[in-house]
Amino acid sequence: MTSAPVPCRVVDRRDETHDTVTLVVEPAGDALDPFAPGQFAMLYAFGVGEIPVSVSRIEGGYRLAHTVRAVGAVSRALYGLRSGGWVGVRGPFGTAWDTAAAHGNDLLVIAGGIGLAPLRPLVDTVLADPRAFGRLNVLAGARTPADLLYTDEFPGWERPFGAVTVDRPSSGWTGRVGVVTTLLREARFTPSDTVAFVCGPEVMMRATARALIHRGVRPDRIQVSLERNMRCATGHCGHCQLGPLLLCRDGPVVRYDQAEPLLTVREL
Amino acid sequence: MTAHPGGPPGEGVLAALTAEHRGRLMALARDVALPGSTRIFEEGEEADRFWIIRSGTVALDIHVPGRGRAVVETVGAGSLLGWSWLCPPRQWHLAAETREPVRAWEFDADAVQDLCAEDTALGLSLVTAVAETIGDRLRATRTRLLDLYGPPGPRGSGAAP
Ligand SMILES: Cc1cc2nc3c(=O)[nH]c(=O)nc-3n(C[C@H](O)[C@H](O)[C@H](O)COP(=O)(O)OP(=O)(O)OC[C@H]3O[C@@H](n4cnc5c(N)ncnc54)[C@H](O)[C@@H]3O)c2cc1C
Ligand code: FES
Repeated sequence: MTSAPVPCRVVDRRDETHDTVTLVVEPAGDALDPFAPGQFAMLYAFGVGEIPVSVSRIEGGYRLAHTVRAVGAVSRALYGLRSGGWVGVRGPFGTAWDTAAAHGNDLLVIAGGIGLAPLRPLVDTVLADPRAFGRLNVLAGARTPADLLYTDEFPGWERPFGAVTVDRPSSGWTGRVGVVTTLLREARFTPSDTVAFVCGPEVMMRATARALIHRGVRPDRIQVSLERNMRCATGHCGHCQLGPLLLCRDGPVVRYDQAEPLLTVREL
Repeated sequence: MTAHPGGPPGEGVLAALTAEHRGRLMALARDVALPGSTRIFEEGEEADRFWIIRSGTVALDIHVPGRGRAVVETVGAGSLLGWSWLCPPRQWHLAAETREPVRAWEFDADAVQDLCAEDTALGLSLVTAVAETIGDRLRATRTRLLDLYGPPGPRGSGAAP
């Protein structure tokens, strides 16, 4: 783990949607410690500030992709970076998706909006070694068709099952309309032998987890990725506290049986 | 979902019934195959039947003056299509059109209601299962109204930062 930001070069920049970009970054000097799917980096936009951003692809252990949605000052500055630009990177931080728990089981990968970004390296891991896992289902929900991420990669996720749904179809959209949980009906999994990985807005994760439990998936086999404001990312400043957890250290990936009692805790 | 191999996916209306009740209900089912782009019913028409979708998807739409038809939801395999037959005024609130070829079990609403009157235990189970579907759709609609994946801040709810 690194305490000072490592200068990294943006080696590729790809527009995903009107407000979201994927930046591929590479350390200029020594490599960062290896990231695992689900972990995050603190990305520093020089002169603007630093924010937590999940790793959305791990390329050969040293190149990292980050998918950033521009919502405020720092994310907008990152969004504005071009190939050849510089970004400071600290990390890896936080807990990873527990893929070992999914060995031999069916997988449900369920994303809402930009929640697909931290799940993509997990999908990569499963696709790289499909025999270690049961059936893979990738279910993604977005606001509109124009907000869907990684659309060119989706065909590769369709076996055995992948589907996307949107809240508001635009004219010409022939896909599904509705919340992401409606896709569960068509997914192929045996609830008692399934591990679910869920990332999206907290309300969506709660609704999804409840739907999964109703269908027979055990709460301890549901992993969610939680977000709280972060500053130090090293478990010292307390900014990311959720009940007894410091999410930069004990999260962002948390099992639902541990997260559920905390998700109704109001933030101060 | 594979809880009912060879049959409809293992949840929803049929899965909520006992084997005996399912058998009695299924005795009324008609196996239908609908090509893609078939208008199944229109808003305001009499809701005299319902379907349980076996494969394919159906889009539910509503006519918006000046904007044509707006799709509000799609329903797929294992889902109940249509619940307006259950209570007055027994008119479709939305219209339905197949997105792709659809296989479904079709049920005549009068025949099912007669069966429910005759076997009240079956009736209660069926109505409870249909109510669960309606509850699911209500929850889904409320979640969508939150505009969850939209921009953070006042315009959308966003995720708690
Ligand atoms: C562990 C972790 C992983 C993350 N991974 C990603 C990622 O892969 N890609 C990505 O784009 N973002 C990710 N985020 C969210 C990202 O950190 C925030 O969007 C960022 O901190 C916003 O900073 P800002 O300075 O751009 O905006 P600010 O000026 O801090 O905020 C601008 C507006 O956005 C709202 N806002 C801030 N953060 C969020 C949020 N997380 N969700 C919704 N609204 C928010 C604020 O309330 C405000 O209205 C992650 C957050 C965490 C904790
Ligand atoms: S961000 Fe400082 S303790 Fe987690």
